[in-house]
Amino acid sequence: MKLKGTEILLKMLEEENVEIMFGYPGGAVLDIYDQIYKSNMKHILVRHEQGAVHAADGYARATGKVGVCLVTSGPGATNTVTGIATANMDSIPLVVFTGQVPTGLIGNDAFQECDITGITRPCSKHNFLVRNIEDLASTIKEAFHIARSGRPGPVLVDLPKNVMAASTEYDPAAVRIRNHEVSYKPSPKKIANFFEMLQKAKKPLIMTGGGVILGRASEQLTQFARQYRIPVTGTLMGLGSFPGRDPLWLGMLGMHGTYYANMAISHCDLLCAVGARFDDRVTGTIETFAPNAKIIQVDIDPSSINRNVTVDLPIVGDTKAVLSDMITYFDEHNYAYENEERNQWLGQIAEWKESVPLTYCQNGNVIKPQFVIETLYKLTKGEAIITTEVGQNQMWTAQFFHFDKPNTFVSSGGLGTMGYGLPAAIGVKCAFPDKHVVDIAGDGSIQMNIQELATAAQYKINVKIVLLNNGYLGMVRQWQELFYEKRYSFTDMTYAPDFVKLAEAFGIVGLRAEKPEEVEAVLKQGLSLDQPVLMDFRVSREECVYPMVHPGDSISNMSLGSRETVN
Amino acid sequence: MEKKEHIISVLVHNKPDVLARIAGILGGKGYNIESLCVNTTMQYEVSKIVMTTLGNKETIMRIENQLRRLVDVIQVDNLTNVESIHRELILVRLNLTADKKEQIKNTVDTNKWKVIVSADDYLILEITGDNSQIDFALARLEPLGIVDITRTGIIALNLEN
Ligand SMILES: Cc1ncc(C[n+]2csc(CCOP(=O)(O)OP(=O)(O)O)c2C)c(N)n1
Repeated sequence: MKLKGTEILLKMLEEENVEIMFGYPGGAVLDIYDQIYKSNMKHILVRHEQGAVHAADGYARATGKVGVCLVTSGPGATNTVTGIATANMDSIPLVVFTGQVPTGLIGNDAFQECDITGITRPCSKHNFLVRNIEDLASTIKEAFHIARSGRPGPVLVDLPKNVMAASTEYDPAAVRIRNHEVSYKPSPKKIANFFEMLQKAKKPLIMTGGGVILGRASEQLTQFARQYRIPVTGTLMGLGSFPGRDPLWLGMLGMHGTYYANMAISHCDLLCAVGARFDDRVTGTIETFAPNAKIIQVDIDPSSINRNVTVDLPIVGDTKAVLSDMITYFDEHNYAYENEERNQWLGQIAEWKESVPLTYCQNGNVIKPQFVIETLYKLTKGEAIITTEVGQNQMWTAQFFHFDKPNTFVSSGGLGTMGYGLPAAIGVKCAFPDKHVVDIAGDGSIQMNIQELATAAQYKINVKIVLLNNGYLGMVRQWQELFYEKRYSFTDMTYAPDFVKLAEAFGIVGLRAEKPEEVEAVLKQGLSLDQPVLMDFRVSREECVYPMVHPGDSISNMSLGSRETVN
Repeated sequence: MEKKEHIISVLVHNKPDVLARIAGILGGKGYNIESLCVNTTMQYEVSKIVMTTLGNKETIMRIENQLRRLVDVIQVDNLTNVESIHRELILVRLNLTADKKEQIKNTVDTNKWKVIVSADDYLILEITGDNSQIDFALARLEPLGIVDITRTGIIALNLEN
């Protein structure tokens, strides 16, 4: 069958079971858009290409499938870069199609030409420029394969206009790609070593990361920890990989981690990191991180191992495969865990939990941002998919919303991209129309991709925005308060739109709460409406996120904040 | 830890941007490539890149792992710790000026260097050897007045398989 490039693209998307794409048209992709017009492909028109990539990324994080977007050449392509870098840092599988000028003009500074494969080389997993129509089908197939295999990541495919207009023979059964098969089975010897180390340990601790979610290994992790009574802490990206209500759960560790998680790290004698890469926000100063512990690191990507900390037992492998092998091995070898030492360790952790719980002071007649999140958690019973922006809003969400299931916390961890939450929520909601999907936002971040409210309104994508409006770039202000003697250099955002009126102008519902007693009613109403809703919570302006490990300090040394402050 | 020169041999898919990817991953992470040689293997679709870089054991491990992450990289071998043979090649032009002519001819003869172009007023030499042999040659040639020189990167072959 002879088909045009544009037809082959749509056929291949069908082959890859793509249900939805997010995009924005332009000159170089007019032909592709014409083909979409004639097809059944579901396409969401965003209002900015960055929004398209974040939406595809949110879709991918919530479903575990590959997110797909389509944009035009030049500025359309460059607008995707922040989104691609965001996905790359968190290993999120995406395929981003960009239009390109005809091959004959490449290199001529043609209108809307830009070397997008060159630009995205260092911030994508891989990219392709398709120069011949004969390579189109196999390149698309390979792009999807690369995006989802091994350590996942974003793949960009650049499509010159003339290639898409050309025709070639197309037979889906004949599309072949290079072999990328790698074995991610761990070696049995490593499993035996793991067992030995754990058997010797008196104070073991598991640290779970995004790799457990990406590897769909939450069930195995939970089973393993519960069966052998090993307490679990997690990185930001690991939230949801272990049930947030389980007594073994210690919450997030690191710069804004819980007191007890950071104490457990500092006192454990064996730390088993699964799918986590020891980011500097997690470890504090490396020299004092887990000073008494032997470290085991399980990761699918050898380049993540031994990079930031030196580990005693590196295990390269798929997190699910490693944990499954562990469970089998432990069952066969009678691991002794019901002993006095373990009871003492768990007792010690319980004491830490009791002495310094995660808390904030609820006083005055001002809404505390933490209270909003707690109330949201209570009202949804945790049954929601939460996206966040970046800053204090993100940290408070990580602390006060207790994620029970994987793929329910959707947040830009590695790159920390403000403006991520709203478009990501749109992507999530497209995949789960029947679930509550809430973007917990700051007033700075929400303004970075606020245009996507129009997308939500147009397609009736009923996302809810819980805006923790403190009139500041809160997290930066916090650092200025603590480390720059309150010189609030360019962080005051009091000059902002009236968000309720703004919501209404976009054709969605705007609600506002100014007093603590209004919080629950506004959330209830917002959640119950069958429309996109922006809820503007005027929160305590100078609230800080605590605990906090000061940059360059040991994570056992946390400031807990004054628990008496009245605003 | 002690830094030393490592010779890394990389088999890659022969794609137009594969060298940019490799240079990018090393340069972007702050590792310097000291020397580089690239050409296709007996299969046109597969190229071999031999490069040398300075670093301690851990740095080199990281470089190797970063390289293995690239989709177009097929195989990475560190030839430093296995038995392997190394060669470089130089092409040198010497002008046969009246005052140096005799000396040049004598030095070339005693060292049995290969003359590949012999004109009335200049010579071009082709010299191969391992790193120390090339350095030795350069030390002899320098006083004779090198007009132009090209030196390849190191190429290396594993002797163990
Ligand atoms: C695109 C981008 N620019 C700048 C930053 C630096 N930054 C990190 S947090 C933050 C403040 C965020 O303010 P806001 O969205 O109001 O959230 P809050 O901290 O008040 O909850 C800034 C500016 C960033 N993370 N991303």
